[in-house]
Amino acid sequence: MQVTMTVNGEQVTRDVEGRLLLVHFLRDHLALTGTHWGCDTSNCGACAVWLDGEPVKACTVLAAMAGGHEVRTVEGLEQFGELDSIQRGFMHCHGLQCGFCTPGMLMTARALLDRNPSPSEPEIREAISGQICRCTGYASIVRSVQWAAAEEAGTRTSADVGSPP
Amino acid sequence: MQVPAPFDYERATSVDDAIGLLARLGATARLVAGGHSLLPMMKLRLAHFEYLVDINDLHGELGYVKVEPTRIRIGAMTRHRELLESPELLSSFPIFHDAERVIADPLVRNRGTIGGALCQADPSEDLSAVCTAVDASCVIRGLDGERVVSMAEFYRGPYETAVGNAEMLTEVRFPVRPHGSSAYEKVGRRAGDWPVVSCGVAAWVEGGVITDARVGLAAVGPNTTGIPAISQALRGRAPSEDLYAEAGAIAAAYCAPVTDQRGSAAYKRHLAAELTRRALRRAVARIDGREV
Repeated sequence: MQVTMTVNGEQVTRDVEGRLLLVHFLRDHLALTGTHWGCDTSNCGACAVWLDGEPVKACTVLAAMAGGHEVRTVEGLEQFGELDSIQRGFMHCHGLQCGFCTPGMLMTARALLDRNPSPSEPEIREAISGQICRCTGYASIVRSVQWAAAEEAGTRTSADVGSPP
Repeated sequence: MQVPAPFDYERATSVDDAIGLLARLGATARLVAGGHSLLPMMKLRLAHFEYLVDINDLHGELGYVKVEPTRIRIGAMTRHRELLESPELLSSFPIFHDAERVIADPLVRNRGTIGGALCQADPSEDLSAVCTAVDASCVIRGLDGERVVSMAEFYRGPYETAVGNAEMLTEVRFPVRPHGSSAYEKVGRRAGDWPVVSCGVAAWVEGGVITDARVGLAAVGPNTTGIPAISQALRGRAPSEDLYAEAGAIAAAYCAPVTDQRGSAAYKRHLAAELTRRALRRAVARIDGREV
Protein backbone atom coordinates (compact mmCIF):
# COMPACT_ATOMS: atom_id res chain seq x y z
CA MET A 1 0.00 0.00 0.00
CA GLN A 2 1.06 3.58 -0.48
CA VAL A 3 1.46 5.88 2.50
CA THR A 4 1.97 9.64 2.45
CA MET A 5 2.84 11.66 5.51
CA THR A 6 4.72 14.79 6.49
CA VAL A 7 8.02 14.12 8.23
CA ASN A 8 9.89 17.10 9.66
CA GLY A 9 7.91 19.41 7.40
CA GLU A 10 8.55 17.43 4.23
CA GLN A 11 5.92 15.35 2.48
CA VAL A 12 7.03 11.78 1.79
CA THR A 13 5.32 8.93 -0.06
CA ARG A 14 6.44 5.31 0.02
CA ASP A 15 5.11 1.86 -0.79
CA VAL A 16 4.91 -0.11 2.43
CA GLU A 17 3.42 -3.24 3.93
CA GLY A 18 0.42 -2.67 6.17
CA ARG A 19 2.31 -4.23 9.06
CA LEU A 20 5.32 -1.89 8.82
CA LEU A 21 5.92 -0.05 12.09
CA LEU A 22 6.53 3.69 12.06
CA VAL A 23 9.96 3.29 13.68
CA HIS A 24 11.14 1.06 10.81
CA PHE A 25 9.55 3.33 8.23
CA LEU A 26 11.57 6.25 9.57
CA ARG A 27 14.83 4.33 9.93
CA ASP A 28 14.77 1.96 6.96
CA HIS A 29 12.67 3.78 4.36
CA LEU A 30 13.64 7.38 5.10
CA ALA A 31 17.12 6.73 6.57
CA LEU A 32 16.23 8.88 9.59
CA THR A 33 18.19 6.77 12.04
CA GLY A 34 18.10 9.35 14.81
CA THR A 35 14.94 7.65 16.05
CA HIS A 36 16.23 4.63 17.92
CA TRP A 37 14.74 1.19 17.95
CA GLY A 38 14.94 -0.38 21.38
CA CYS A 39 12.70 -2.78 23.21
CA ASP A 40 10.03 -3.32 20.53
CA THR A 41 7.40 -3.57 23.27
CA SER A 42 6.52 0.10 23.97
CA ASN A 43 8.37 0.00 27.26
CA CYS A 44 11.70 1.77 26.68
CA GLY A 45 10.69 4.91 24.75
CA ALA A 46 13.86 5.05 22.62
CA CYS A 47 11.60 5.33 19.55
CA ALA A 48 9.63 8.37 20.76
CA VAL A 49 8.64 10.74 17.94
CA TRP A 50 5.88 13.29 17.56
CA LEU A 51 2.64 12.40 15.83
CA ASP A 52 0.60 15.55 15.22
CA GLY A 53 2.56 17.34 17.93
CA GLU A 54 2.27 14.67 20.64
CA PRO A 55 5.06 12.27 21.59
CA VAL A 56 4.25 8.63 20.85
CA LYS A 57 6.17 5.37 20.74
CA ALA A 58 6.91 4.67 17.08
CA CYS A 59 7.35 0.92 17.68
CA THR A 60 3.65 0.68 18.48
CA VAL A 61 2.26 2.84 15.69
CA LEU A 62 1.88 1.48 12.17
CA ALA A 63 3.44 3.57 9.40
CA ALA A 64 0.02 3.37 7.73
CA MET A 65 -1.59 4.93 10.80
CA ALA A 66 0.66 7.98 10.39
CA GLY A 67 -0.57 8.41 6.80
CA GLY A 68 -1.97 11.90 6.33
CA HIS A 69 -0.45 13.04 9.61
CA GLU A 70 2.59 15.02 10.70
CA VAL A 71 5.60 13.29 12.18
CA ARG A 72 8.54 15.05 13.79
CA THR A 73 11.73 13.24 14.68
CA VAL A 74 14.92 14.28 16.45
CA GLU A 75 16.33 15.31 13.06
CA GLY A 76 13.59 17.96 12.96
CA LEU A 77 14.65 19.65 16.20
CA GLU A 78 17.53 21.61 14.71
CA GLN A 79 16.36 24.72 12.88
CA PHE A 80 18.51 26.59 10.33
CA GLY A 81 21.67 24.95 11.59
CA GLU A 82 20.90 25.93 15.21
CA LEU A 83 20.42 23.23 17.79
CA ASP A 84 17.20 23.46 19.79
CA SER A 85 17.68 24.74 23.33
CA ILE A 86 16.71 21.30 24.63
CA GLN A 87 19.62 19.80 22.68
CA ARG A 88 21.95 22.43 24.06
CA GLY A 89 20.62 21.70 27.54
CA PHE A 90 21.59 18.04 27.19
CA MET A 91 25.07 19.10 26.06
CA HIS A 92 25.58 21.57 28.90
CA CYS A 93 24.27 19.34 31.67
CA HIS A 94 25.60 15.97 30.48
CA GLY A 95 22.09 14.68 29.86
CA LEU A 96 23.48 11.58 28.22
CA GLN A 97 26.29 9.09 28.35
CA CYS A 98 25.74 6.36 25.75
CA GLY A 99 23.10 8.40 23.94
CA PHE A 100 20.71 5.60 23.10
CA CYS A 101 17.71 7.08 24.91
CA THR A 102 18.59 10.66 24.00
CA PRO A 103 16.54 11.20 20.80
CA GLY A 104 13.39 9.99 22.56
CA MET A 105 14.16 12.03 25.68
CA LEU A 106 14.70 15.15 23.55
CA MET A 107 11.37 14.76 21.77
CA THR A 108 9.44 14.22 25.00
CA ALA A 109 11.23 17.09 26.73
CA ARG A 110 10.57 19.43 23.80
CA ALA A 111 6.86 18.53 23.91
CA LEU A 112 6.79 19.16 27.66
CA LEU A 113 8.36 22.62 27.38
CA ASP A 114 5.98 23.55 24.57
CA ARG A 115 3.03 22.84 26.87
CA ASN A 116 4.59 23.87 30.14
CA PRO A 117 7.51 26.34 29.82
CA SER A 118 8.52 26.09 33.49
CA PRO A 119 7.91 22.52 34.65
CA SER A 120 8.70 21.42 38.20
CA GLU A 121 11.08 18.52 38.78
CA PRO A 122 8.19 16.08 39.41
CA GLU A 123 6.55 17.25 36.18
CA ILE A 124 9.76 16.62 34.24
CA ARG A 125 10.15 13.17 35.79
CA GLU A 126 6.51 12.38 34.99
CA ALA A 127 6.95 13.50 31.37
CA ILE A 128 9.91 11.14 30.82
CA SER A 129 8.48 8.30 32.91
CA GLY A 130 7.75 6.23 29.79
CA GLN A 131 11.40 6.20 28.81
CA ILE A 132 14.33 4.29 30.15
CA CYS A 133 17.87 5.61 30.59
CA ARG A 134 20.45 3.19 31.98
CA CYS A 135 23.33 5.68 32.20
CA THR A 136 22.34 8.87 33.93
CA GLY A 137 19.99 7.86 36.72
CA TYR A 138 17.80 10.60 35.18
CA ALA A 139 19.26 13.33 37.41
CA SER A 140 21.27 14.98 34.64
CA ILE A 141 18.37 14.60 32.20
CA VAL A 142 16.15 16.52 34.62
CA ARG A 143 18.85 19.20 34.95
CA SER A 144 19.14 19.39 31.15
CA VAL A 145 15.42 20.07 30.78
CA GLN A 146 15.58 22.65 33.55
CA TRP A 147 18.53 24.30 31.76
CA ALA A 148 16.52 24.54 28.54
CA ALA A 149 13.48 25.91 30.36
CA ALA A 150 15.59 28.60 31.99
CA GLU A 151 17.30 29.37 28.70
CA GLU A 152 13.97 29.86 26.97
CA ALA A 153 12.58 31.94 29.81
CA GLY A 154 15.58 34.22 29.43
CA THR A 155 16.35 33.88 33.10
CA ARG A 156 19.75 32.32 32.67
CA THR A 157 22.56 34.74 33.39
CA SER A 158 25.32 35.06 30.85
CA ALA A 159 27.75 33.49 33.32
CA ASP A 160 25.72 30.27 33.28
CA VAL A 161 25.76 30.00 29.51
CA GLY A 162 29.21 28.67 28.96
CA SER A 163 30.56 26.78 26.01
CA PRO A 164 29.39 23.23 25.64
CA PRO A 165 31.73 20.77 27.34
CA MET B 1 12.77 -7.90 15.72
CA GLN B 2 9.07 -8.15 16.48
CA VAL B 3 6.63 -7.50 13.66
CA PRO B 4 3.06 -8.62 13.20
CA ALA B 5 2.24 -11.26 10.60
CA PRO B 6 1.04 -9.72 7.32
CA PHE B 7 -2.43 -8.18 7.26
CA ASP B 8 -4.34 -5.73 5.10
CA TYR B 9 -4.82 -2.24 6.47
CA GLU B 10 -8.12 -0.43 6.08
CA ARG B 11 -9.06 2.96 7.42
CA ALA B 12 -12.59 3.80 8.51
CA THR B 13 -13.96 7.29 7.91
CA SER B 14 -17.00 7.06 10.21
CA VAL B 15 -18.62 4.70 12.71
CA ASP B 16 -21.00 3.45 10.02
CA ASP B 17 -18.09 2.92 7.66
CA ALA B 18 -16.20 0.96 10.34
CA ILE B 19 -19.18 -1.29 11.04
CA GLY B 20 -19.73 -1.76 7.29
CA LEU B 21 -16.09 -2.78 6.85
CA LEU B 22 -16.32 -5.23 9.76
CA ALA B 23 -19.53 -6.71 8.32
CA ARG B 24 -17.93 -7.12 4.90
CA LEU B 25 -14.57 -8.46 6.08
CA GLY B 26 -15.97 -10.82 8.71
CA ALA B 27 -14.36 -12.36 11.76
CA THR B 28 -10.84 -12.03 10.37
CA ALA B 29 -11.01 -8.25 10.77
CA ARG B 30 -10.33 -6.27 13.93
CA LEU B 31 -10.64 -2.62 14.83
CA VAL B 32 -7.45 -0.88 15.93
CA ALA B 33 -7.68 2.31 18.00
CA GLY B 34 -4.57 3.32 19.97
CA GLY B 35 -3.10 -0.08 19.19
CA HIS B 36 -1.03 -0.27 22.37
CA SER B 37 -2.56 -3.59 23.43
CA LEU B 38 -3.42 -5.07 20.04
CA LEU B 39 -0.17 -4.40 18.18
CA PRO B 40 2.08 -5.91 20.90
CA MET B 41 -0.15 -9.01 20.91
CA MET B 42 0.09 -9.24 17.12
CA LYS B 43 3.87 -8.81 17.28
CA LEU B 44 4.07 -11.71 19.72
CA ARG B 45 1.75 -13.65 17.37
CA LEU B 46 -0.71 -14.10 20.22
CA ALA B 47 -3.30 -12.51 17.94
CA HIS B 48 -3.64 -12.56 14.19
CA PHE B 49 -6.14 -10.88 11.90
CA GLU B 50 -6.36 -10.72 8.10
CA TYR B 51 -7.50 -7.12 8.28
CA LEU B 52 -6.99 -4.23 10.66
CA VAL B 53 -9.53 -1.43 10.45
CA ASP B 54 -7.94 1.77 11.77
CA ILE B 55 -10.54 3.94 13.55
CA ASN B 56 -8.26 6.79 14.63
CA ASP B 57 -9.97 9.11 12.14
CA LEU B 58 -13.12 8.63 14.24
CA HIS B 59 -11.62 10.65 17.09
CA GLY B 60 -13.66 13.66 16.00
CA GLU B 61 -16.86 11.61 16.17
CA LEU B 62 -16.07 9.50 19.25
CA GLY B 63 -13.59 11.56 21.27
CA TYR B 64 -15.62 13.40 23.91
CA VAL B 65 -16.58 13.72 27.58
CA LYS B 66 -20.14 15.02 27.75
CA VAL B 67 -21.57 15.97 31.13
CA GLU B 68 -25.36 15.92 31.28
CA PRO B 69 -27.56 16.57 34.33
CA THR B 70 -28.05 12.90 35.16
CA ARG B 71 -25.22 11.14 33.38
CA ILE B 72 -21.78 11.44 31.82
CA ARG B 73 -21.06 10.08 28.35
CA ILE B 74 -17.53 9.29 27.17
CA GLY B 75 -16.84 8.50 23.52
CA ALA B 76 -14.95 5.27 22.86
CA MET B 77 -12.10 7.06 21.07
CA THR B 78 -11.41 9.40 24.00
CA ARG B 79 -7.73 8.98 24.76
CA HIS B 80 -6.29 8.28 28.22
CA ARG B 81 -4.67 11.67 28.28
CA GLU B 82 -7.99 13.39 27.59
CA LEU B 83 -9.57 11.52 30.51
CA LEU B 84 -6.64 12.49 32.73
CA GLU B 85 -6.94 16.16 31.79
CA SER B 86 -10.75 16.46 31.80
CA PRO B 87 -11.77 19.11 34.39
CA GLU B 88 -15.36 17.81 34.35
CA LEU B 89 -14.29 14.29 35.29
CA LEU B 90 -11.88 15.58 37.93
CA SER B 91 -14.64 17.47 39.74
CA SER B 92 -17.42 14.88 39.43
CA PHE B 93 -15.60 11.51 39.26
CA PRO B 94 -12.00 11.95 40.49
CA ILE B 95 -11.57 8.17 40.19
CA PHE B 96 -10.69 8.73 36.51
CA HIS B 97 -7.92 11.16 37.38
CA ASP B 98 -6.57 8.84 40.09
CA ALA B 99 -6.50 5.89 37.68
CA GLU B 100 -5.22 7.68 34.60
CA ARG B 101 -2.22 9.08 36.47
CA VAL B 102 -0.97 5.51 36.92
CA ILE B 103 -2.05 3.90 33.63
CA ALA B 104 1.03 3.17 31.53
CA ASP B 105 3.03 6.34 30.79
CA PRO B 106 2.39 9.73 29.15
CA LEU B 107 3.37 8.55 25.66
CA VAL B 108 1.11 5.51 25.77
CA ARG B 109 -1.67 7.67 27.22
CA ASN B 110 -1.38 9.92 24.17
CA ARG B 111 -2.55 7.01 22.00
CA GLY B 112 -4.57 4.59 24.12
CA THR B 113 -8.36 4.99 24.26
CA ILE B 114 -11.05 4.05 26.77
CA GLY B 115 -12.82 1.97 24.13
CA GLY B 116 -9.67 0.07 23.27
CA ALA B 117 -8.90 -0.53 26.94
CA LEU B 118 -12.35 -1.96 27.68
CA CYS B 119 -12.44 -4.08 24.49
CA GLN B 120 -9.03 -5.56 25.33
CA ALA B 121 -10.77 -6.91 28.46
CA ASP B 122 -7.52 -7.67 30.24
CA PRO B 123 -8.31 -8.75 33.82
CA SER B 124 -5.54 -6.38 34.98
CA GLU B 125 -6.88 -3.40 33.05
CA ASP B 126 -7.52 -0.37 35.28
CA LEU B 127 -10.37 1.28 33.37
CA SER B 128 -12.52 -1.87 33.59
CA ALA B 129 -12.34 -1.58 37.38
CA VAL B 130 -13.08 2.15 37.18
CA CYS B 131 -16.09 1.63 34.90
CA THR B 132 -17.39 -1.14 37.16
CA ALA B 133 -17.14 1.15 40.20
CA VAL B 134 -19.02 4.01 38.53
CA ASP B 135 -21.75 1.63 37.27
CA ALA B 136 -20.99 2.28 33.61
CA SER B 137 -22.94 0.97 30.66
CA CYS B 138 -21.41 0.27 27.27
CA VAL B 139 -23.08 1.35 24.04
CA ILE B 140 -22.45 -1.20 21.29
CA ARG B 141 -23.41 -0.33 17.73
CA GLY B 142 -23.97 -2.80 14.90
CA LEU B 143 -25.68 -2.87 11.51
CA ASP B 144 -29.10 -3.01 13.18
CA GLY B 145 -28.56 -0.15 15.61
CA GLU B 146 -27.42 0.23 19.19
CA ARG B 147 -27.71 -1.83 22.33
CA VAL B 148 -26.63 -0.89 25.83
CA VAL B 149 -25.10 -3.42 28.22
CA SER B 150 -23.87 -3.17 31.80
CA MET B 151 -20.17 -3.70 32.60
CA ALA B 152 -21.07 -7.11 34.05
CA GLU B 153 -22.63 -8.10 30.72
CA PHE B 154 -19.89 -6.43 28.66
CA TYR B 155 -17.00 -8.28 30.27
CA ARG B 156 -17.31 -11.96 29.35
CA GLY B 157 -13.95 -13.10 30.72
CA PRO B 158 -10.29 -12.53 29.90
CA TYR B 159 -9.99 -10.87 26.46
CA GLU B 160 -13.66 -11.52 25.69
CA THR B 161 -16.44 -8.97 25.53
CA ALA B 162 -20.07 -8.74 24.43
CA VAL B 163 -18.99 -6.90 21.26
CA GLY B 164 -19.82 -9.08 18.24
CA ASN B 165 -17.95 -9.40 14.95
CA ALA B 166 -19.73 -6.63 13.07
CA GLU B 167 -20.14 -4.38 16.08
CA MET B 168 -18.16 -1.71 17.86
CA LEU B 169 -18.15 -0.09 21.28
CA THR B 170 -19.03 3.55 20.69
CA GLU B 171 -19.67 5.04 24.12
CA VAL B 172 -19.33 4.48 27.85
CA ARG B 173 -21.95 6.19 30.02
CA PHE B 174 -22.64 6.28 33.72
CA PRO B 175 -25.16 7.94 36.04
CA VAL B 176 -24.45 11.13 38.00
CA ARG B 177 -26.03 11.10 41.45
CA PRO B 178 -25.68 13.78 44.14
CA HIS B 179 -23.75 13.37 47.42
CA GLY B 180 -21.17 11.02 45.96
CA SER B 181 -17.50 10.78 45.11
CA SER B 182 -14.95 8.19 44.05
CA ALA B 183 -11.30 7.14 44.33
CA TYR B 184 -8.80 4.71 42.85
CA GLU B 185 -5.89 2.99 44.57
CA LYS B 186 -3.25 0.96 42.78
CA VAL B 187 -0.11 -0.89 43.78
CA GLY B 188 2.37 -1.57 40.99
CA ARG B 189 5.94 -2.76 41.03
CA ARG B 190 7.29 0.12 38.96
CA ALA B 191 6.14 3.25 37.14
CA GLY B 192 3.71 2.52 34.33
CA ASP B 193 3.33 -1.17 35.08
CA TRP B 194 0.18 -3.22 35.27
CA PRO B 195 -1.23 -3.33 38.79
CA VAL B 196 -0.30 -6.00 41.29
CA VAL B 197 -3.81 -5.17 42.49
CA SER B 198 -5.91 -2.06 42.11
CA CYS B 199 -9.28 -0.99 43.44
CA GLY B 200 -11.82 1.64 42.46
CA VAL B 201 -14.65 2.83 44.67
CA ALA B 202 -17.65 5.07 44.05
CA ALA B 203 -19.71 5.93 47.13
CA TRP B 204 -22.71 8.05 48.04
CA VAL B 205 -23.46 9.31 51.56
CA GLU B 206 -26.61 11.04 52.74
CA GLY B 207 -27.81 11.82 56.26
CA GLY B 208 -24.69 10.26 57.73
CA VAL B 209 -25.14 6.85 56.12
CA ILE B 210 -23.82 5.25 52.96
CA THR B 211 -26.71 5.09 50.49
CA ASP B 212 -24.69 3.19 47.91
CA ALA B 213 -21.10 2.10 47.32
CA ARG B 214 -19.59 0.16 44.44
CA VAL B 215 -16.20 -1.50 44.23
CA GLY B 216 -14.27 -2.51 41.12
CA LEU B 217 -11.07 -4.55 41.40
CA ALA B 218 -8.36 -5.28 38.82
CA ALA B 219 -5.79 -8.09 38.63
CA VAL B 220 -7.37 -10.31 41.29
CA GLY B 221 -8.78 -13.06 39.10
CA PRO B 222 -9.99 -13.85 35.60
CA ASN B 223 -13.61 -12.97 36.31
CA THR B 224 -13.43 -10.64 39.28
CA THR B 225 -14.39 -7.04 38.70
CA GLY B 226 -17.37 -5.92 40.73
CA ILE B 227 -18.17 -7.35 44.17
CA PRO B 228 -21.89 -6.75 44.83
CA ALA B 229 -21.59 -8.26 48.34
CA ILE B 230 -19.61 -5.18 49.40
CA SER B 231 -22.40 -2.87 48.21
CA GLN B 232 -24.93 -4.92 50.16
CA ALA B 233 -22.83 -4.80 53.32
CA LEU B 234 -22.29 -1.03 53.16
CA ARG B 235 -25.73 0.31 52.31
CA GLY B 236 -27.55 2.02 55.17
CA ARG B 237 -24.54 2.07 57.49
CA ALA B 238 -22.52 4.99 58.80
CA PRO B 239 -19.00 5.32 57.36
CA SER B 240 -16.31 4.24 59.84
CA GLU B 241 -12.88 2.64 59.88
CA ASP B 242 -14.46 -0.60 61.08
CA LEU B 243 -16.84 -0.58 58.15
CA TYR B 244 -14.02 0.03 55.65
CA ALA B 245 -12.14 -2.92 57.17
CA GLU B 246 -15.25 -5.07 56.84
CA ALA B 247 -15.56 -4.13 53.16
CA GLY B 248 -11.87 -4.97 52.67
CA ALA B 249 -12.38 -8.37 54.25
CA ILE B 250 -15.24 -9.08 51.83
CA ALA B 251 -13.05 -8.04 48.88
CA ALA B 252 -10.31 -10.43 50.01
CA ALA B 253 -12.79 -13.25 50.47
CA TYR B 254 -14.51 -12.81 47.10
CA CYS B 255 -11.49 -12.33 44.82
CA ALA B 256 -9.50 -15.12 43.19
CA PRO B 257 -5.95 -13.96 42.56
CA VAL B 258 -3.20 -16.29 41.36
CA THR B 259 0.46 -16.35 42.30
CA ASP B 260 2.61 -14.93 39.51
CA GLN B 261 5.70 -12.77 39.02
CA ARG B 262 3.83 -9.78 40.48
CA GLY B 263 3.20 -11.45 43.82
CA SER B 264 1.70 -14.36 45.70
CA ALA B 265 -2.03 -14.97 45.87
CA ALA B 266 -1.91 -14.27 49.62
CA TYR B 267 -0.20 -10.92 49.07
CA LYS B 268 -2.75 -9.95 46.43
CA ARG B 269 -5.61 -10.84 48.78
CA HIS B 270 -4.01 -8.64 51.39
CA LEU B 271 -3.78 -5.83 48.84
CA ALA B 272 -7.41 -6.31 47.77
CA ALA B 273 -8.48 -5.77 51.38
CA GLU B 274 -6.13 -2.87 52.03
CA LEU B 275 -6.80 -1.02 48.76
CA THR B 276 -10.57 -1.44 49.13
CA ARG B 277 -10.25 0.11 52.58
CA ARG B 278 -8.12 2.99 51.36
CA ALA B 279 -10.26 3.75 48.30
CA LEU B 280 -13.46 3.73 50.38
CA ARG B 281 -11.89 5.98 52.99
CA ARG B 282 -10.72 8.42 50.33
CA ALA B 283 -14.00 8.45 48.38
CA VAL B 284 -16.00 9.19 51.54
CA ALA B 285 -13.51 11.88 52.61
CA ARG B 286 -14.00 13.53 49.22
CA ILE B 287 -17.78 13.61 49.68
CA ASP B 288 -17.24 15.50 52.92
CA GLY B 289 -14.76 17.79 51.21
CA ARG B 290 -12.04 16.62 53.62
CA GLU B 291 -9.84 15.51 50.76
CA VAL B 292 -9.48 16.27 47.07
